[in-house]
Amino acid sequence: MSRPLDSRHLNGGQKLAVKYFIVAVILFFAQLVFGMLAGVQYLHPDFLHGVLDFNVNRMVHINAMIVWMLYGFIGSVYWFLEEESGREIVGLKLGNWGFWVLTAAVTVVVAVYLLVQTGPGNDFTRWFINEGREYIEAPRWADIGIVVVMLIFFYNVAATFIKGRWSGIAGVLTLDLVALAGLYLAGMFYVTNISIDQYWWWWVIHLWVEATWEVLVGCIMAWTLMHLLGVRRKIVETWLYIEVALMFGSGILGLGHHYFWIGSPEYWLAIGGFFSALEPIPLVAMVVHSIYDSGVHKLRNRNHPALAWVIAHAFGNFLGAGVWGFMHTLPQINLYTHGTQWTTSHGHLAFYGAYATINIAFFYLAVQQWRGNVWMGANLVGAWRWKWALTLLSVGVMGMTMALLIAGYEQSFIERAVGGSSWSAYFAAQTHPWFMESMAWRMVFGWITIAGFVLLAWDLLVIGKHETREAETLVEEPALVGG
Amino acid sequence: MEHTPFWASTSFWKKTAIWVTAGSFLLLIVLTFDTMSKVTAGTGRVPDYTVINKRIDYRFDDKKHHSMPVIEGDAPLFGRILNEEEAERLVTLGKKTIQAKNCMNCHTLLGNGAYYAPDLTKAWLDPAWGGEAVRPMLMKMFLMDPVANARTYGSGRKMPNLGITEQEAEGIIAFLKWMSAIDTNGFPYNFKTAGGR
Repeated sequence: MSRPLDSRHLNGGQKLAVKYFIVAVILFFAQLVFGMLAGVQYLHPDFLHGVLDFNVNRMVHINAMIVWMLYGFIGSVYWFLEEESGREIVGLKLGNWGFWVLTAAVTVVVAVYLLVQTGPGNDFTRWFINEGREYIEAPRWADIGIVVVMLIFFYNVAATFIKGRWSGIAGVLTLDLVALAGLYLAGMFYVTNISIDQYWWWWVIHLWVEATWEVLVGCIMAWTLMHLLGVRRKIVETWLYIEVALMFGSGILGLGHHYFWIGSPEYWLAIGGFFSALEPIPLVAMVVHSIYDSGVHKLRNRNHPALAWVIAHAFGNFLGAGVWGFMHTLPQINLYTHGTQWTTSHGHLAFYGAYATINIAFFYLAVQQWRGNVWMGANLVGAWRWKWALTLLSVGVMGMTMALLIAGYEQSFIERAVGGSSWSAYFAAQTHPWFMESMAWRMVFGWITIAGFVLLAWDLLVIGKHETREAETLVEEPALVGG
Repeated sequence: MEHTPFWASTSFWKKTAIWVTAGSFLLLIVLTFDTMSKVTAGTGRVPDYTVINKRIDYRFDDKKHHSMPVIEGDAPLFGRILNEEEAERLVTLGKKTIQAKNCMNCHTLLGNGAYYAPDLTKAWLDPAWGGEAVRPMLMKMFLMDPVANARTYGSGRKMPNLGITEQEAEGIIAFLKWMSAIDTNGFPYNFKTAGGR
């Protein structure tokens, strides 16, 4: 007997969510493919030269990443919106329309990136081909589309909660989405002065990934812990408020660590250094919280792969965003590491640990329900697949992170500290055997990451297919007092 | 849960979250206003666009313990002295071209971008491009045909031909010259200009 994926098991929001998840997984693959192409070019600079140059591959690599993660977040919120609010989504048709508009826009933008690539130095290029600002390269027309779709998403979340049941998660989520959509506007104007350009550009990049995204993931995590482990709502919501206080308390002014060297006043060295040094604290708190919750529930849960990925998230977020971020955040070291492979090393582990993991955890929750609330506990048929997918992806990303870190150390010493950052010093560092060996190792671990992805995609398609058991039902834990 | 101490209660943390977020954001707004007033072109840390008419250097400052941009004497770019409006127009063309050609996904500007090609923050002052007499010409030739005029330093990495016109190349060079005069708090450290100081 096999259990097919059947949308009759899903509510309206969940049907919309799986569409987002499918595109997310496809874009995840695109991220890896273009990352590999760019990685090969470090070792073989003539590879695809003049056809798909490094700047194109790298742009698609980082854009696919940002977009698949956003798709994962939007999907996750649509997934739990009806359950959390206790009513149907207010504008589901509009939400569906938004999904297709966004997906069509993403397709056109990527096609133009690949086929047209660049344009003349005028306003037309910025509006219709490429804005040329890292991470937010999407041309202006697409920016407007993104904002419209985000507003539809925001409307659905806010209005559904208002008409249904309000909760702590609902409140944090709604306010966070206002900030998330609003911040994008800070990246939507042209200015010649590059110091002002980068000042506002960091509002978008930093206040997204180091503040509002973290809080958004906190909301998704809060709901997941209740759903997965049966953690009591009061505990989860109190922790969520603690997280918001710590995350925004450190992250908002932690923005200053991007203002050390872009022309901004010297006081940013102190403010940025101090607050960004505090940024790991909420991530430590998350690890403490997750260990506590898992311990209280003796790791009893209704979806083993999802919980394993949640644990990977807790540690990955702490290591990648927290430790790797802290290592080069103080201006005294950042003077030498800024703009080197240190950043790449940090970026790889942080985005994987903080965001890829939680999205993958949610994909497993979705697949479980999609197959009619199938058993995903002990002795799951074919469990080796998710375990190996988790292992290979984590080893792959960690390996790339270490290889890039060594390249970053080498670059900081040879190019920066000794060579004084001239062009000849830059190339002396880039051609050094330590650097080239690191780049070769990065490719090895890149292939391991790809293998992990293939296994993950395969597993998501078949997990639970041959299970006959239903998932166990969880009872919310009783209050700890009086017992 | 009537025994919960105040510091473990949901309402305490809810209020804390709201106040901390609002306070931090307010402080950021105030600092943003102050920073904007200090980084507007021509107000101090970021030079006026006519700086492209001047000689620029980057020298170690004993008091600050890091290098600072030094602006002295006339050194018109491409032999022309530009007025404020013309200078801004040329630098703007350069900035728009730098965005249109997606330079930032190979190079870094002010240290931000990708790491496949050299940082452009002080590229104007880099000894690799020779003395000021030949520098603009060498840069222009390179930008207009980077494959034929490749500078790979044994790395094999070549900038692709991006169809940069002569006008756009002049704009880019003007932009790089202007950017090299921004006070970046000593970044990049230990950078020695063609002048050798």
